[in-house]
Amino acid sequence: MGGALTVYRWELRKLLSQKRTYIGLLFATAVPIIFVTTVAARNHGPEDVPFGRYVLQSGLAVPLVLLTFGAYWLFPLITALVAGDIVASEDHNGTLKTILTRSLDRAPIFAGKALAACTYAFVALLAMAVVALVGGGIMAGFHSLVSLSGTTVHPGRALVLIGGSFLVYFVPMLGIAAIGLLFSTLARNSAAAVVGTLMLSFVLQLVAILPGLGGIKPYLLTNQFFAWHGFLRVPTDWAPIGHALWVCAIWFVASLVVGAIVFVRRDVAGG
Amino acid sequence: MPAPVEARGLVKRYGEIVAVDHVDLTVETGNVYGYLGPNGAGKTTSLRMLLGLIRPDEGAVRLFGRDPLVDGARALDGVAGFVEEPRFYPYLSARKNLELLAAYDAGGARDRIDSVLETVELTERAGDKVKGYSHGMRQRLGIAGALLRDPRLLLLDEPTTGLDPAGIRDMRDLVRRLAEQGMTIVLSSHILAEVEALCDRVAILRRGRVVFEGALAELRDAAGGFYALRTTDQARALRVCQAHAGLSGVRPDDGAVRFSGPEDAVASLSIALGEASVGILALVPHVATLEELFFDVTESERAAEPEPARAVGAAS
Repeated sequence: MGGALTVYRWELRKLLSQKRTYIGLLFATAVPIIFVTTVAARNHGPEDVPFGRYVLQSGLAVPLVLLTFGAYWLFPLITALVAGDIVASEDHNGTLKTILTRSLDRAPIFAGKALAACTYAFVALLAMAVVALVGGGIMAGFHSLVSLSGTTVHPGRALVLIGGSFLVYFVPMLGIAAIGLLFSTLARNSAAAVVGTLMLSFVLQLVAILPGLGGIKPYLLTNQFFAWHGFLRVPTDWAPIGHALWVCAIWFVASLVVGAIVFVRRDVAGG
Repeated sequence: MPAPVEARGLVKRYGEIVAVDHVDLTVETGNVYGYLGPNGAGKTTSLRMLLGLIRPDEGAVRLFGRDPLVDGARALDGVAGFVEEPRFYPYLSARKNLELLAAYDAGGARDRIDSVLETVELTERAGDKVKGYSHGMRQRLGIAGALLRDPRLLLLDEPTTGLDPAGIRDMRDLVRRLAEQGMTIVLSSHILAEVEALCDRVAILRRGRVVFEGALAELRDAAGGFYALRTTDQARALRVCQAHAGLSGVRPDDGAVRFSGPEDAVASLSIALGEASVGILALVPHVATLEELFFDVTESERAAEPEPARAVGAAS
């Protein structure tokens, strides 16, 4: 465990030293700014998205609208940007052989990297949430929110529900991070791993809308990006949240275990 | 105490290609061991197997009695080195890179950062990002990274490749100093002069196989030297040599008579030549250079053997 934490700390320091890290965070914070600016300029919110029509009534609706927008490509991309790179960049730099000839076994190295990739995804999500809240508050103030059940939720309670929604939203992001890590280990090429992760996310979304495949829809990772809706119903609908937890756990554990086995057993012949 | 390196029957195949073909190696404590072979002979692949970076298809490695595939990173206790050129995180400074490596090492590696930077003469540039480093500086940083582990066994893969003459001299001086401090060193190289200058034992690898293993002196003895004799009467000199006891391989060679033999037989030959009224113009001992021995070993193997498995080209 100590070894994994050592690797984790250094992975974070390495992330702080790389441009790619800030590009993802820039995306995460630019999107709510662009959204709020556009809505304020047009004085009109998106109608066909949950909470879209309320963004001019309460700034608290802004982060929730962006959760829906972000599920399609923004968060899969930001998550993949680091998770897909974190092993493959070692292949590219030839540094895998450098770190694998020290006193740490491969398993804690992989664990530290996985932890760092998940942390990055969390920070990006948090950054988006904070900017969206601040932007929404400036635009429309923190007024009561209308829930998906049509009831009014007071600002304090709404903030708690938004916090819960973001946490539930983070669960499928962990699944994407694990897939990115797996692709990063398999592909040994950052671009291929990042694009591969994003493509898989698109394919899963495509499968979800194909006719005749409705049966597997509840088990698709990308579908779990909407489980947070359960929080915004009155009373709280825990069923989609519980479902998302175990579906994402399967995706997460399966990808991580396969990735770890490959990483521990693979030959390091390049670099 | 177990030997620093003990490899038995190492085999690595890449599809049809056999990169390393039943290699046995034993490196004893205090050896400066040259691992010689032309590019593509399988040196780097063998070194990667020693360090646990790749899995042998057959055979096993023991470093101080521990198998990297069984004991994991613990097998590398007291072992350090690099294969091909040492690589670092280009966006971090040299010092940050060493701090990272020290964190990944057990013990007081962090406390040694300043001293290893000094050893490789990089103290003044330690704050610069590695992406701005020259090849030679990276090689030296590679040595610094290895020394952080305070190793008893140092594995170096072609450490002077790509260095300018001054860099080569400095690197060799450094290896010599480390060897004098009692470190066991395995040095792979395709540069014969380097091995000749630094090593006491060698293994010569060709097409994945060890074709010679032993002390450098044994290699010289095995190949032997010869003498070239020029006289006032070559025909008679040839007959005298052929009749003289203790000489072998007597034959005319490029206007001289060439033969091999011990010094006392050569001394008595000079008297015999005088008695036969043959004047000696030149009697030149010729000691085989390591280069000649190397080609002797590798070329004769090539000629003598049926075509074995092909060796890997790029992944030497």
